[in-house]
Amino acid sequence: MAFPGRTPIVGRRVQLMATCLCDAFHDDAAAATVEVLEHLGCEVAFPEGQTCCGQPAFNAGDWEASRRVVRHTVRTFSAAAPVVVPSGSCAAMLFHGAALEFEKEGDLGEVEELGRRTWELADFIVNGLGVRSWPGRLEASVALHRSCHTRGTPSGDAAALLLGSIAGVRLVEFGEGEQCCGFGGTFSVGFPNISAAMGNLKLDHVLAAKPDVLVSGDTGCLMQLSGLAAREGKPLRAMHLAQVLRDALAATP
Amino acid sequence: MKLQPIDQAAAALSAETRAAVYDGSKVGHEKRTRLLFDHYADPDRLRSLAGEIKQHVVENLDTYLPAVEARLTANGARVHWASTAEAACEAVHSILRARGATKLVKSKTMVSEEIGLEAYLRERGIEALETDLGEFIVQLDHDTPSHIIKPIIHKNRRQIAELFERNGLGAYDDAPAAITRRARQYLRHKYLAADAALTGANFVVAESGRLVVVTNEGNARFCLAATRCHIALVGIEKILPTDRDLALFLNLLARSGTAQQLTVYNEFILGPSAAGQPDGPEEMHVIFVDNGRTDVLASDCRDILRCIRCGACLNVCPVYRQAGGHAYRGVYPGPVGAVLSPLMLGERFSEKADLPKASSLCGACHEVCPVDIAIPDLLLRLRDKAHREGVPSPGTPPMGPWAALATRPAAWRAALAGGRILDHLPASLVPIPAIRAWESKRELPPWRGGEFRKWLKMRRQ
Repeated sequence: MAFPGRTPIVGRRVQLMATCLCDAFHDDAAAATVEVLEHLGCEVAFPEGQTCCGQPAFNAGDWEASRRVVRHTVRTFSAAAPVVVPSGSCAAMLFHGAALEFEKEGDLGEVEELGRRTWELADFIVNGLGVRSWPGRLEASVALHRSCHTRGTPSGDAAALLLGSIAGVRLVEFGEGEQCCGFGGTFSVGFPNISAAMGNLKLDHVLAAKPDVLVSGDTGCLMQLSGLAAREGKPLRAMHLAQVLRDALAATP
Repeated sequence: MKLQPIDQAAAALSAETRAAVYDGSKVGHEKRTRLLFDHYADPDRLRSLAGEIKQHVVENLDTYLPAVEARLTANGARVHWASTAEAACEAVHSILRARGATKLVKSKTMVSEEIGLEAYLRERGIEALETDLGEFIVQLDHDTPSHIIKPIIHKNRRQIAELFERNGLGAYDDAPAAITRRARQYLRHKYLAADAALTGANFVVAESGRLVVVTNEGNARFCLAATRCHIALVGIEKILPTDRDLALFLNLLARSGTAQQLTVYNEFILGPSAAGQPDGPEEMHVIFVDNGRTDVLASDCRDILRCIRCGACLNVCPVYRQAGGHAYRGVYPGPVGAVLSPLMLGERFSEKADLPKASSLCGACHEVCPVDIAIPDLLLRLRDKAHREGVPSPGTPPMGPWAALATRPAAWRAALAGGRILDHLPASLVPIPAIRAWESKRELPPWRGGEFRKWLKMRRQ
């Protein structure tokens, strides 16, 4: 995945893009993101007009509808401050996918400008703010699912670095870690059989490693794996990276 | 609920076949990764270099093709151009007819599958026998290949032993050594009786006119040694600029395709046998096949023409592993096939416009591609093309209503509040097919629409 040159970070003001999945289902992951960013001294703005990054229609092939939503997002986040997203997938939509569907559009430049300011949460903390370790404590073995849309980006390594630095956290590896969880946005509903088969394989690999908690930086992956585990009666505790970071802070002396 | 054809195919696949495909592709992928990363400090640099070279060829086919023709002709080969599958079959047939040939031995070539050569020749009284073990088994079973490199990845050895027994190749014995020995015994006589040999070409070098054919069984070499006429079927995108480039490409192809440092047999063919050479074909024909490739070239997905047919993207693809190659309804399965097959149909694109949908866009195919093709981007472009052309896509939610909400913040917030009704409706009554499809396999988490915004407002007060 092409990774654009980043706009340098000036000051501590950031804009949170909560993502539509957090808006609808995973409110606590977004809340944890706010607490984590504020702990780092960031002044977190939340543009109220935000909706979605535009990815559902982009993946579904309705680029015209997607571009309408991307344009709305570009307007909503036009302030000159980094946009931090607790999702590798939505971040990749803004710095890669959107540019693809705007290739022949007159306002490609504005879309690319937003892309250069957009950061996935772990990437922002580690590579944007230069944080190399996380304070606090959490007694847990953690399996980190690196979501597919962070391939070729620094996000996966950043998340592993942060998690591994928390006192008490033990990172555990699991089989076929590079394989997709089967979510894939509209793929999950267009191809329910294949999607569920992929998810169940992932679940079995994760559960075989017996982690206390499965962690991902993407609520899409977590929704797929938790939803499958609940249906299949498999015991799975799943958390967003931001929730783990926040919970560790709570144990800071 | 209507399902995508590839999802239906996956659901219908037997557990035995799925296991064979899954295990075969997983082993191939894992061995490849070890080999590449053990041998090279930065394999990704090699992949991008190879990608640049092939992209350069693709962008300059108009000059490379005449240059290759001139070289080949100077080397003593005859060059033919076939714009369609039919024309390619006719070209092979007319060469064979001129020699009165009725028995052809074939080394593995995907182009021959693509143009339906075997059936075409059979109808005209010519036997075209596959000599690659996998392709031989496919032919014996009246089956079709389900993988570019491992045509019988969907079969296990019990099924092959039974097939051999049914066809009089020997009593049931599923030991791999026995299977190979029986095929070898059967094929040896066929080489000696053949009138002509047909191969593909992995690469054709522009500067030298050298054809390169790689096999692991030596069957291409047998084909060439035993016959006096060599016909090579070559896709027009198979060109490399210089002989030097082969160092890079042979290393990448062997590692990516079969997780080998080098394929066992590498044929470098510079022309027909020279005067005074006792063995080898006295006649050499190279048939360059378009068959839809210029349609691909004219599209915004021309990068796919870099493909060197290694199959690495199939092996790593989670969808291919679940669905198997036959689900893709054509010669090229997996991620590369999902791009190539619909485009090669030209005007009939819509017949396979569902293939690009069969991907979670996980990007694993791009990560392993030896010529660095950004396959997910191409799949997305084809989804856009299908949508613009109005091709129906079962299971894809309509995006108009969603976009209407997502561009109107007040309506969006109202929908966040209203979504709560989902918690109180049984799945079967939810008026949104996408949610029913979700709930066919998974639980939907409790609706928390707007809760984060409320929390933030409280915190800020």
